[in-house]
Amino acid sequence: MSIRRRLLGFFARRPAAGAWALLGPGLLWLLLFFAIPLAVLIGYSVLHRGTYGGVSPGFTLEHYRRFSDPIYLAVAARTLRIALATTGLCLLLGYPVAYVIARAGRWRNALLFLVILPFWTSFLVRTYAMIVLLRTGGVINSVLMGLGVTGAPLDLLYTPGAVVAGLVYGYLPFMILPIYASLERLDLDLLDAAEALGARAWSRFRRVTLPLSLPGVAAGSLLVFIPALGAFLTPDLLGGAKTMMLGNLVQNQFGPARNWPFGSAVSFALMVVVFAGLMVWLRVRDAEGEA
Amino acid sequence: MTRRLPGWLVALVTGVFVLLHLPVLVLVAYSFNASRYSADWSGFTLHWYARLLERPDILRALRLSLTVATVATVLATVLGTLVALGLARSGFRGKRMVEGGLYLPIVTPEIVTGISLLILFVAVRVPLGVGTVIVAHTAFCLPFVAVVVLARLRGMDRSLEEAALILGADEATAFRRVTLPLLAPGIMAGALLAFTLSLDDFVITFFVAGPGGTTLPVLVYSMVRRGIEPTINAVSAVLVLLTSLTVALAARVGGERGA
Amino acid sequence: MPELPPIVEFRQVSKSFGEARAVDAVSFAVRPGEFFSLLGPSGCGKTTTLRLLAGFETPDDDGGEVRIDGEVVNRRRPYERRIGMVFQSYALFPHLSVERNVAFGLEEHRIPPTEIPGRVERAPGLVRLAPATYARRKPHQLSGGQRQRVALARALVLEPTILLLDEPLGALDLKLRKEMQLELKTLNRQLGMTFIYVTHDQEEALAMSDRIAVMSAARVAQLGTPAEIYENPRTEFVAQFIGEANLFGGVAGRAGGGAGGLRPILQADGRDLLVPDHPGLREGTEVRIAVRPEWLDLCAPGEVPPGENALPGTVGDVIYLGETMHVVVTLAAGARVRVALRNEGQLLNPLRWTRGDAVMVAWRPEDCQVLEPA
Repeated sequence: MSIRRRLLGFFARRPAAGAWALLGPGLLWLLLFFAIPLAVLIGYSVLHRGTYGGVSPGFTLEHYRRFSDPIYLAVAARTLRIALATTGLCLLLGYPVAYVIARAGRWRNALLFLVILPFWTSFLVRTYAMIVLLRTGGVINSVLMGLGVTGAPLDLLYTPGAVVAGLVYGYLPFMILPIYASLERLDLDLLDAAEALGARAWSRFRRVTLPLSLPGVAAGSLLVFIPALGAFLTPDLLGGAKTMMLGNLVQNQFGPARNWPFGSAVSFALMVVVFAGLMVWLRVRDAEGEA
Repeated sequence: MTRRLPGWLVALVTGVFVLLHLPVLVLVAYSFNASRYSADWSGFTLHWYARLLERPDILRALRLSLTVATVATVLATVLGTLVALGLARSGFRGKRMVEGGLYLPIVTPEIVTGISLLILFVAVRVPLGVGTVIVAHTAFCLPFVAVVVLARLRGMDRSLEEAALILGADEATAFRRVTLPLLAPGIMAGALLAFTLSLDDFVITFFVAGPGGTTLPVLVYSMVRRGIEPTINAVSAVLVLLTSLTVALAARVGGERGA
Repeated sequence: MPELPPIVEFRQVSKSFGEARAVDAVSFAVRPGEFFSLLGPSGCGKTTTLRLLAGFETPDDDGGEVRIDGEVVNRRRPYERRIGMVFQSYALFPHLSVERNVAFGLEEHRIPPTEIPGRVERAPGLVRLAPATYARRKPHQLSGGQRQRVALARALVLEPTILLLDEPLGALDLKLRKEMQLELKTLNRQLGMTFIYVTHDQEEALAMSDRIAVMSAARVAQLGTPAEIYENPRTEFVAQFIGEANLFGGVAGRAGGGAGGLRPILQADGRDLLVPDHPGLREGTEVRIAVRPEWLDLCAPGEVPPGENALPGTVGDVIYLGETMHVVVTLAAGARVRVALRNEGQLLNPLRWTRGDAVMVAWRPEDCQVLEPA
């Protein structure tokens, strides 16, 4: 028997060994360049602060205690508010879009393409485009002043509203696609059945369509909420100093503030929230799979 | 599909679609605007594009972005495909954990991923530069490739491989002649995703780039921070064109393969 | 004619997935050229049994022996077994044309490239597809019946001695299925190839098989010819899974309590039934018997032929089935039985019985099957 056949036979009889041989290189890469850095980061969060950035030895929980400082609590609260507002707006705008696409017949693929298209455009470019629209001498102000709606340019940029607008613009497709997926699977006979039982259009939507699309709504909401919580670039470019979110706080600690352990502690806290979100999402997905 | 959609709904959705695409369209349009400061349209010009060619830093950043994206895509596609193949095999201990763990890098805020890599590279005294950027890009693209390929594998009828085995092909031949050709569209899709993710990434690159790793997005960011100027519109338009070309090319290749 | 050694043999074969036993100490032997069916409901272990034979699964470490041509093949890979197989989903390679699908195995077996086109063209089963229409097409351009033929041809072109078929007709409509049943049976006879056929369709198994292994809960419940399985079902499961059966229970009476090797079964209401004596019967133990609907007859009270078992009841629904009429009778004791009567033509010669009639359900003592305790 050839060596090749013998090798194949070995792995065929030991499926677990074969699986791990395939997984090995990729998982090693993720271990070295994702898991270990995260572990180091968590480790840093309980060390003392170094004088010129970095850390100095000695265990402490002071960086976690600093969370109770009103300044940081305000940042956390703002982050939460902005993330929730973003999710809510995405849902409000995204659900009708998903609904229309699912009922769009032969236009369906073209519309889906229009939803996915922004994914292929750099997030940075799209955020910058918002600046072009919103800034003092920007497109929106020019149009408004040109129409005589307002005499002086409005301060649109560097506000929480600008951040929410940027995030909604960035993450709306994440809301539309899962809701579309759950609506598209919906058996149209169910609506006919509801109609035969006497339900009017609104009633059919409220009692049949909506409940059956809830898994998609849940998935979409998490897919928007999680990245919104960890947003960095959008508040950095559209928010300005007064609209700092947790992501900017982290960057600040590794930049000008030179407090690496506190920055690590904030990062870890962010990770925990995101991890909890992931767990919820996996639950929802598995429950959906069973249904 | 006999039910008609109410007019207000169609109007609302049309509005959302406009909002979704207007900003980038405006941006591209303004890259041809002769006016330097205001948003008023003062005539068509290619001046800003001409200016790009005079900027060696932009051309250097573009070349670096393409190099990084190519290398990272190849690495992430090979490693990610292997991970997907491993996960598609029959049950083994820890499989669910590995699969769940794959989503972790996907959902981790980029700022956290970037910072933690920065800490690691500083701690083990690896100089920041092209190398660290490629390593980081491979790490965050890999799970995306794995998830995309895994989805394709899940949709594949396992009895196709078994049919190849019973017809006399050994496991390696069955993989080459049956699994791989059927998986190819999934691998292509994963690679395409990796390439655009790498080409577009700013946040992670920002932290691990160092002086030698200025990719196009990092350069655009520093230009935006320094002040708005029409050259940025032109660079952005180039970046949009670049990803669009990649997608169009991939769609073309995929289309021919499917025909 | 001397008995040929078995071409396939399972000796106490077991296979577990985690805690669950999919196949539990299964033994059977298949004779060369036989049409052998594994029949059972879904989840009974029939498909795992077939996969063990194909080599896609390996028996447990202490899980007995799978033998092909007398050799133990437990650890042999599928490509080292020279077996053909037709899959439930057909498993035609979607990226290859029909021609290349059929050629796949020939190429893997290092057949000289010049010989391949000829052998593909002569592949059994493809005969009925005109070459021009199929050769260049991809599988998804074919109808279900055509795919099925291509799958068959792809397996048969290698001339294996054993062909495994995993519910190959499941996806076809009834008419095509009947046609293919006949065709498979003919191929089996003409090629002299051993067919091992997995199905959950009892009618199909009865119509096609030389012998059937009825499987239930990971074990072989009964193995025999179609007639043996149908007419002498050994367990309640077999009696009810194959065809229809009316079940009666009671306590075994004393041997010789009836004339001519019969034994009485005492029922709660005192109406004793006579059954053929059976070595497994012991006085005072619970007994179940099965009687097929067509073994029963209906008579008016007082017209029961002497020596027959008879139970009083009332006629319920009468079901018209074409060849037969099924009459549902509710017995005085409460149970419902089905009686199959030959349809003598309802227009000219209508059935004597209508709903509500008082009748006797009668059968000859030898027309029943004593079941083994479950």
